[in-house]
Amino acid sequence: MTDPRTEPSADPGPLLSVRGVDIAYRTGRRSRVTAVHGVSFDLHPGQSMALVGESGCGKTTLGLGLLRLLPRNGLVPAGEILFRRKDGSTADIRSLGAEELRRFRWSEAAMVFQGAMNAFNPVLRIEDHFLDTFRAHETGRPRRRAEIREESAHLLEMVRLDPARVLDAHPHELSGGMRQRALIALALALGPQLLILDEPTTALDLLTQRAIVERLSELREELRFSMVFITHDLGLAAELADRVGTMYAGRLIETGTTRDIFYRPRHPYTAALIDSVPPVSGGLVVPESLPGGPPGLASLPPGCSFAPRCRHARQVCGERRPELEVLHTRGDGLSHAAACLRSRELAAEGATRD
Amino acid sequence: MIDRSAPAPAPALPPDAPGPDPAPVLSLNGVHQVFPGARGDVPAVAGVDLEIRPGTALCLVGESGCGKTTTARMAAGLAEPTSGSVLFRGRDIAAMDRKERSVFRRAVQYIHQDPYASLNPVRTVYSTVSAGLRRHRMVADGREARRVTAGLLERVDLTPAGDFLDKYPHQMSGGQRQRVAIARALAMNPEVIIADESTSMLDVSIRVSLLNTLGRLRDELGVGFLFITHDLAVAKYFAWEGEIAVMYLGKVVEHGRTPRVVNDPAHPYTRALVSAVCEPDPDLARTKERVRLRSADIPDLTDLPPGCDFHPRCPLYAPGACDTLRPPLVRGHDRLLACHVVGRG
Repeated sequence: MTDPRTEPSADPGPLLSVRGVDIAYRTGRRSRVTAVHGVSFDLHPGQSMALVGESGCGKTTLGLGLLRLLPRNGLVPAGEILFRRKDGSTADIRSLGAEELRRFRWSEAAMVFQGAMNAFNPVLRIEDHFLDTFRAHETGRPRRRAEIREESAHLLEMVRLDPARVLDAHPHELSGGMRQRALIALALALGPQLLILDEPTTALDLLTQRAIVERLSELREELRFSMVFITHDLGLAAELADRVGTMYAGRLIETGTTRDIFYRPRHPYTAALIDSVPPVSGGLVVPESLPGGPPGLASLPPGCSFAPRCRHARQVCGERRPELEVLHTRGDGLSHAAACLRSRELAAEGATRD
Repeated sequence: MIDRSAPAPAPALPPDAPGPDPAPVLSLNGVHQVFPGARGDVPAVAGVDLEIRPGTALCLVGESGCGKTTTARMAAGLAEPTSGSVLFRGRDIAAMDRKERSVFRRAVQYIHQDPYASLNPVRTVYSTVSAGLRRHRMVADGREARRVTAGLLERVDLTPAGDFLDKYPHQMSGGQRQRVAIARALAMNPEVIIADESTSMLDVSIRVSLLNTLGRLRDELGVGFLFITHDLAVAKYFAWEGEIAVMYLGKVVEHGRTPRVVNDPAHPYTRALVSAVCEPDPDLARTKERVRLRSADIPDLTDLPPGCDFHPRCPLYAPGACDTLRPPLVRGHDRLLACHVVGRG
């Protein structure tokens, strides 16, 4: 089986191409706050991309926005979300009508929401969730219950759950890890090309996390879907992602291959995030603390949003906002980009590591 | 060599540590906690021995439901052991009179997991932090209470303190709230702080600075810590010079100096935990050796397997001893270990 990371020539172009997307929330009749600013990235078939950053950086908003799952006061006032559909055509998700959107969701792109308990309806059995999903999103003649039950059982087996026990259970009868796996099985029900996962392992125990991480990688090999997953766990990103995008204050401030991001971070924020995680292997490494928190979205500082917390900031950083700039493009077309006025200078000084 | 004939009733750590250990300020001796349940008794904690010494950290790690929090609650006197005893400066807390108990309550402070739930939303920071000072008449008047409270806030890096004294919890971030909870605990000049997953709900960036704040209390004020976490990286960093005890289904299965337990885990359960960690290093993540468990499911506490509790999941399981005899926690050359297979070798 070929590795999607080293297979550029067979690649017919990106599955998902996000171009200059803004996402805002209406806060009053005339007022709105912009939570995501001008985000652009490409995701190729079979690739997995992690969106990392602290809470409140716009990761979840972006994930929801990609599938138009924002709350009622959310809107996407600018940009394009181009998706290559199963029939080969390209659609802008932003302009899909309600009926088209219903057919698109789940069968082409599905979401695994944060907090598996809340994603299930507590009064419905797991089987009913599958039944509802198939009936709501499948086109053509509705299938018989028994047929759907059989297919649901197969999906649960894929995530190593015992269908006999799980199908007839209510969500509260399952452990957190079982619920999370059931949720992944449900998301995969209609064979989507893209899976968006919001904090898929947060709040789960270590061994349960491990089981889910391994199953997800295996399923990705088997079913060849692409993933965007949102996490604040850099270890998870290091393990599951081909590419990483760092978000800060609603902007994508660095993107690159996972090895570029972890071994040659070019934005001081990415470097600081990585340095704040103490490793378990080896001797004691004293992590660096990153004081303060991301700015409020309604009161972004002028210039670089990270400048007030950045130990490399100069006066210019507080005045001019850096654009995401490609620093280096690899032979296979994957590039490393960072939005930092001083990124080349800092790399040359060895201030960000190499 | 491991002496398997005599399970130590209150095992002390093997003496390979630098310097003599100070006497424990808080010790748990064979504590059990059994909760009555609809399907029978639930032995949440089944015979745990731990000692907390001044200026050192003991980390209790394990998965949810392993009895970490119940153990911590017994250590803090918030739950009474079904059997066994908790000693504070050598005195059984169950036998304390009111005055002694009041001293114990001040000396042993508990910091909860969720800073969003543990602070009263209608009280200001000043009111929350100074409540104990005023209650125990540790300050003469309101002016002194405010001054002492400001000093406590500075200690936990809420500076300038004047900006925080009159704030309400909803006006602060999770990290700031957790610092308020720590300041409230510090107000009592504690000898022991019991921190239950106190950093797990915070962003990585804030977690480190909070751990550093707690580390300063440990090193500068000599506070002893019982630190509960499921995060091995946090345990390793916070207790590098202390100890880690790994719990599984209500019992300690491995206990030793942190560098030994984390870098050279012996019990198959500890090995599985260490190998399960997602490391923030892509090459290591792809090459790291993973322990494969025989089953992903944790046995039910009301229906524990015979023999070793871990044997249905254990990759080293050997028929015979493992499924008939429960391995006692016994002293090896550098740690305490409860395993028939590894202990033998």
